[in-house]
Amino acid sequence: MVALSDYLVFSAILFTLSLAGIFLNRKNVIVLLMAIELMLLAVNTNLIAFSFFLNDISGQIFVFFILTVAAAEAAIGLAIIVLVFRNRNSINVDDLGSLKG
Amino acid sequence: MEQHLHTILTIILLAPLFGAAVAGLFGRQVGRVGAQSVTIGSVAISTVLSVYVFYLYIFQGADPYNASLYTWMVSDGIRFEIGFLIDKLSATMMLVVTFVSLMVHIYTIGYMDHDEDYPHDNPYYQRFFSYLSLFTFSMLSLVMANNFLQLFFGWEAVGLVSYLLIGFYMKRESAITANLKAFLVNRVGDFGFILGIAMVFVYFNTMDYQEFFDRLAEHEHTMVQFIPGVEWSVITVMVILLFIGAMGKSAQMPLHVWLPESMEGPTPISALIHAATMVTAGIFMVARLSPAYEMSEAALQFILIVGALTAFMMGLLGIIQNDIKRVVAYSTLSQLGYMTAALGASAYAASMFHVLTHAFFKALLFLAAGSVIIAMHHIQDIRQMGGLRKHMPITYFALLIGSLALIGFPGFAGFFSKDSILLAVGESDIAGSGFAYALLLMGVFVTAFYSFRMFFLVFHGQESEYVRTHTIHESPKVVTVPLILLAIPSVLLGLFMVESILDGSYFSDSIFVLAQNDVLARVHDQYFDSVVGFILHGFMSVPVWLALAGVALAWFFYLKRPDIPAKIAASLPRAKGMLENAYGFDRFNDIVFTKGSIKLGHYLWKSIDTKVIDTGMVNGTVKHIANLATMSRESQTGYMYHYAFVMIFGLLGLLIWALW
Amino acid sequence: MTFEQLIFYVLAGIAVLASIMMISVNNPVKAALWLVLTFIATAGVWIMMQAEFLGIVLILVYAGAVMVLFLFVVMMLDVNLVKLREGFTRYLPIGVLAAVAIFAMLYMVLGPHQFGLDKTGEPVRFAADYSNTEALGLQLYTVHAYAFILAAVLLLVGIVAAIALTIRRRPPHEVKYQNIDKQVRVNPKERFEMVKMNAVKEKPVAPKQEGDE
Repeated sequence: MVALSDYLVFSAILFTLSLAGIFLNRKNVIVLLMAIELMLLAVNTNLIAFSFFLNDISGQIFVFFILTVAAAEAAIGLAIIVLVFRNRNSINVDDLGSLKG
Repeated sequence: MEQHLHTILTIILLAPLFGAAVAGLFGRQVGRVGAQSVTIGSVAISTVLSVYVFYLYIFQGADPYNASLYTWMVSDGIRFEIGFLIDKLSATMMLVVTFVSLMVHIYTIGYMDHDEDYPHDNPYYQRFFSYLSLFTFSMLSLVMANNFLQLFFGWEAVGLVSYLLIGFYMKRESAITANLKAFLVNRVGDFGFILGIAMVFVYFNTMDYQEFFDRLAEHEHTMVQFIPGVEWSVITVMVILLFIGAMGKSAQMPLHVWLPESMEGPTPISALIHAATMVTAGIFMVARLSPAYEMSEAALQFILIVGALTAFMMGLLGIIQNDIKRVVAYSTLSQLGYMTAALGASAYAASMFHVLTHAFFKALLFLAAGSVIIAMHHIQDIRQMGGLRKHMPITYFALLIGSLALIGFPGFAGFFSKDSILLAVGESDIAGSGFAYALLLMGVFVTAFYSFRMFFLVFHGQESEYVRTHTIHESPKVVTVPLILLAIPSVLLGLFMVESILDGSYFSDSIFVLAQNDVLARVHDQYFDSVVGFILHGFMSVPVWLALAGVALAWFFYLKRPDIPAKIAASLPRAKGMLENAYGFDRFNDIVFTKGSIKLGHYLWKSIDTKVIDTGMVNGTVKHIANLATMSRESQTGYMYHYAFVMIFGLLGLLIWALW
Repeated sequence: MTFEQLIFYVLAGIAVLASIMMISVNNPVKAALWLVLTFIATAGVWIMMQAEFLGIVLILVYAGAVMVLFLFVVMMLDVNLVKLREGFTRYLPIGVLAAVAIFAMLYMVLGPHQFGLDKTGEPVRFAADYSNTEALGLQLYTVHAYAFILAAVLLLVGIVAAIALTIRRRPPHEVKYQNIDKQVRVNPKERFEMVKMNAVKEKPVAPKQEGDE
């Protein structure tokens, strides 16, 4: 039998990998966005696993809404990237330093 | 009846304020005549109504009236209000204040008519009347108060008007320094006064006189520690602090230094404020709070010694003064010393009696001196006068009556009051009363000497160079009529009052004296059978002979052998120097307080303000914040991934914290 | 190892490997494709957990739509990859360290000693005719109807926002737009005017000779 801990550790691995991805691809905004999607996927996996083992559909409802929000977020994030690229001709995070104190 | 009285009292209090407001705020619009009419009118209303109130209390024996006019605020159960406590004491003071004030108002018309310090179109005249009325209002609110708050208000307000009026000739530097001095010295006294009121507030939890008196017994044995290990009775400390306020206002040593200088003000002011009324505020306050003072023998001793020292030492200074107003000023100081000494001997009624008679005869003296000054075209040096008797007979008699009253010649008002004080102090058996009695007796001699020295130098003897070369004539009616009106009570007042003062029926309940301290009752029992008998006894007693000796000596020195005083002065240079320096109080104040505070201020400026506050605290704060900001803005790199990293490490930290 | 476990490990292995590839490849296009693979494998895991609807939604919506959008954007933008790769490994040590530390702690919380089979017990298995979609729908359209509508509004706002951000009005001289409103309201009188003229042709007058012309 696959235990709950197996699912959870699986999602933890995905989460950790997405963290490492943020460190590695710190300059590429698109990959950063993808890493965030991956992170959300890990979290969703967590929720579904608990929903499965507790026999409670609420976890899946959560996932449903998270997916909705993530989709909207991805759309807007990509729109912003398009805008940035249009204005600066680059998506290098190093070029986006106007918040510098 | 109550409502009726309440309305009358309110009118008495507010009429002068109205006059002051009209003359002060609309001086240019109402003009000279308008200003003098409205102020004199309003003060006259107050005077007439005060006469009525006086009649009601003294002759009808009405019950004391204690009521609130207006509640300013109630905080923590303590009421701050404006109110009236009218009994025989305050009714008498009200009459004195309004009557003398009215006389001075009228006199001012003549005195202030021309002034070389101001152009004619300057509304100085209206302003002067406004100040006079404002003073009357302030003094009335002090006298009529039924609580410490209003007392303090009146106290400070009369101080303010005094300041304004001493400096009325604002173009003379001496006037400006004099009013500054008066203000500062009074601040010292008022600091004690407000500390005393604060103690009343802390320990008695009330501002109201009646409640304060009712709770006195509770604190009879309450002790307070200011210095660890040394305990003082709360009541003693409190009443001495209050008396320090009285020392400032009533010019007792060592806070007397402002009063001689205050003669820089116009003469009507000297008469009204610095002789008749304001300086007696301290005496009045002590008499008003007699139940508290009776509970502290230490405070009474202190008061007695201060008063006796002032009476004698200030009298001595009067001998060497050559300015006619300064002579009268030092005599005022000396007489205030008498009043204070009487307070110390628990003879509050005698003290108030002297306040009354002194108010009239001293106002008379000042106004007569002012009349001389007008005639001499504002020359005040008595050495330049002489032989003025022929030229100004009314002033001559006025000054004579005033002087006789001052030295206590039997039959004149001053005799009764001063003799009561002397007998009372003589009868008193609290510690120091023998010493005080000796000082006061010597003071009588000195008083007579300097009063008649001035009198002879001004009116008798050779006509001086100035008098011969200028036309000297009697002052106008507005000046002489107040003189005559003031001369009448200066002669007669004592005759009518002395019996009821001595047997204690005059002030009855409004002054409280412990049975073992009641010296006036003893005086009454031993010396008083009838008014005539009292006068006759006076002729056979030491003080009157001392006074007459003083007059004789003055006659001998200044009319018979004018060369002797100079010889004495030459043979005693140190004594002369001491007197001329007024015992060096001014030099002491100058060296210790003025120079000392300048040095202290310089030190605080250089080391505390510049180094600690400016460099350290103000600029230091800025510098450190700027440094901190410079460091912390480095953390704002603007790179998105740095913020993301911080988030991740935050998550890491949170996990570590949660799992530890 | 049961068959179920075999399938789980295969799918989980694919997902982990794909995500490792996703974070380490140079080309964003390839990264997106690897991410799609991760999604598909994870969707399989979800289906194993009887979340069939969400699994299929993940494939359809995420792998199908969102990731295509990513690809679309990546391909549309002319990204200078060389610059983006600079200092790729600079933060690797600290990143790996942080990741390992976080994973270690997550493992402490989520590991078998906390959520092993002996702790949680067997999950409930539904019969073959059980409809996950129906169960989800029942909840969504009854209990969570309000949130559901809000989610719909959120998506609408997302659409509007994305369009509002990216839309670019070009100046009229670059692009010719039709003004439909004007076209509809055209009145023949404004375009066409009848002018009465005399039918007789005037004889042309010879121009006068004027000075220097």
